[in-house]
Amino acid sequence: MTAAPAAALADGPLRIALVGSPNTGKTTLFNALTGSAARVGNYPGVTVERREGALVRAKRDVRILDLPGTYCLDGETPDEKVVAEVLAGHITGEAVPDALLVVADATTLQRGLGLVREVLKRGMPTLLVLTMVDEVKARGGKLDVMRLSRILGIHVVGVVGHRGVGLDQLRTFLEHPESWSRRAALPPADDAAQRFAWVDQVCREVGAGALAPDSRTDRIDQVLLHPVLGVAVFALVMLLLFQSIFSWAVPAMDAIDGGFAALGRLSHAWLPEGWVTDLWADGILAGVGAVLVFLPQIVILFTFLHFLTDVGYMARAAFVVDRVMGWVGLQGRSFVPLLSCYACAVPGIMAARTIASPRERLATILVSPFMTCSARLPVYTLLIAAFVPAVRVVGPIGMQGLAMFALYLLGAATALGSAALLNSTLLRGTISVFYMELPPYRMPTFKLLARQVWRSASAFVKRAGTIILTTSVVLWVLLNFPKAPHDPTLSPEAQAQANLRSSIAARVGHAIEPAIAPLGFDWKIGVGLVASLAAREVIVSTLAQIYAVGDSDDYGGLRDAIVGDVDPTSGKRLFTLPTALALLVFFVFALQCTSTIVVMARETGSWKWPALAFSYMLTLAWCGSFVTYHLGRALLGS
Amino acid sequence: MPIPLIGLAPGAPAVLCDPEAGREIPRRLQDLGFVPGTPLVIRRRAPLGDPVEIEIRGYRLCLRLAQLDTLRVEPDAADPQRARSAT
Repeated sequence: MTAAPAAALADGPLRIALVGSPNTGKTTLFNALTGSAARVGNYPGVTVERREGALVRAKRDVRILDLPGTYCLDGETPDEKVVAEVLAGHITGEAVPDALLVVADATTLQRGLGLVREVLKRGMPTLLVLTMVDEVKARGGKLDVMRLSRILGIHVVGVVGHRGVGLDQLRTFLEHPESWSRRAALPPADDAAQRFAWVDQVCREVGAGALAPDSRTDRIDQVLLHPVLGVAVFALVMLLLFQSIFSWAVPAMDAIDGGFAALGRLSHAWLPEGWVTDLWADGILAGVGAVLVFLPQIVILFTFLHFLTDVGYMARAAFVVDRVMGWVGLQGRSFVPLLSCYACAVPGIMAARTIASPRERLATILVSPFMTCSARLPVYTLLIAAFVPAVRVVGPIGMQGLAMFALYLLGAATALGSAALLNSTLLRGTISVFYMELPPYRMPTFKLLARQVWRSASAFVKRAGTIILTTSVVLWVLLNFPKAPHDPTLSPEAQAQANLRSSIAARVGHAIEPAIAPLGFDWKIGVGLVASLAAREVIVSTLAQIYAVGDSDDYGGLRDAIVGDVDPTSGKRLFTLPTALALLVFFVFALQCTSTIVVMARETGSWKWPALAFSYMLTLAWCGSFVTYHLGRALLGS
Repeated sequence: MPIPLIGLAPGAPAVLCDPEAGREIPRRLQDLGFVPGTPLVIRRRAPLGDPVEIEIRGYRLCLRLAQLDTLRVEPDAADPQRARSAT
């Protein structure tokens, strides 16, 4: 509880922790103080992000630890708990900070001083930073900073983080935390009522009264939260988000895809023949390429999400849709994570950390994999292009587009339905307190936005990359060993197909055929399904290998091979429309993604929940495919 | 006379009162500054009626109606200074 003794300040780096509520400009201040070189990691055992950076342009080695935003020191969310535990020194490997830098928004001091008081009670060397001091003046208010400093008994520095005002003074203070005082004696306050009575009195003394309303925020909210206009804008923003993910990302995705394919061909051409080259080109390069191809979508999605969050719109969107989410036991804050899942469930599940109540957070995480992630896209594209006729229905809207839309709708509807089911069964219980701040609209700086996008994107690459790299190597081995005896009379394609038929993967495909035959799937699809357990999009390249098309980028060739595949004895087509529809439905429901399972286990702290989600989704997938296949055969007569 | 917060018209300034005997304002809301004597105003309801946006202590929060049943307010007409500070 007590601070490190002053003597300890002399040697080693100084460690100063940044404490503050969300929306106080804490992150902007952290970035301004530490520059771009922040070290990002996790606190042991929990998935709360730990960020530390060195104070730039400093004469001493000062390390700043950016603690998660919190409204109080005895909160319930993982983020809030970490703050209290760091201050108390209860986290392994995390020494108690030498001093505390409390951040409060000068425009909302009537609230912010509540947390300041809690922090002062710790009796550690403390300094108060007031952000947005320019806004106080602009909105006709005043604030006696000297007086506040005297009342609190600590240094108080006013800053305007994004413009750098006050930062030099603050930097000097940060180099000499020995001079910071620790306020020990405060008027007693047993509960929140007494604490805020003290806050109100301090605010009166320093002249921090009510400010003129933030007219810009009021004007924007009149449109964005308008009963009709607000919903329209919301729909428009979502449409724009979709459009950007699905159209604008395509050129970059094609470039990455083509680049990796070319790299694979070059490797085959230049490296000596053998299994090492095969593993490198067809296993590792193809696997890494399969992840990186989604990077443009992820970057666009994160740019959107970070911008909308920082500017203050995300809270409004959550406000608008909260009622709808409430019907199925979720809440407004569930919306952003579920939206992120349209790119990838991994960042979506991580984004669920912002949901304060454990129950809604768990429900959101469990239904996330139903949202149509971008990895399903290649599968949908291939099968729809192969089996759904390219005819126009109304105007520019074609049958294929409608089929794609229907699959997205089915996923979202199942997510909401499953949330309702969870809510009335496993997660039945009291409704937890839902609160969300609607911050004033503020334009984020480009630098801050770029840094956040960079961090999220590189975290995605690392997280998903390591897992997909591993599984693609394993898969490559399963698909390639043992090889069929070499037969010089066979063409290279026929030899490759013979090798595949003798592989472990083919044996697995045959072994599970009885289980999937009722769905209209043969052993080849079985191999694809087994392979797709690692990551959904893998089925495309697996089918390409099975049908010996060679290049998996060649959708046209693979499409024709699948459509033209016939049973050698009966001469009947193997892959029919009911089979294709059943396979599509299978992909809508099944949890075929190692990364999602691992992240789910980590975020919920237990393998129980991913196991439950996997079995539930697999059951749903089997039943859904079964119904689709037989209904399709009855209706289409094939 | 205190009325339930839920019954307060949007835009009308009010002051938070003590809850009814035997009831308590949830801890979480108290930490956010919802303590008796605090001026507040309901700014608007969401397009579908719930949740509501409340301005209190210079910031704006979105809360569900179901969580507000312990909160009672005194509509504030007498003190113009206070009324202005809440809007």
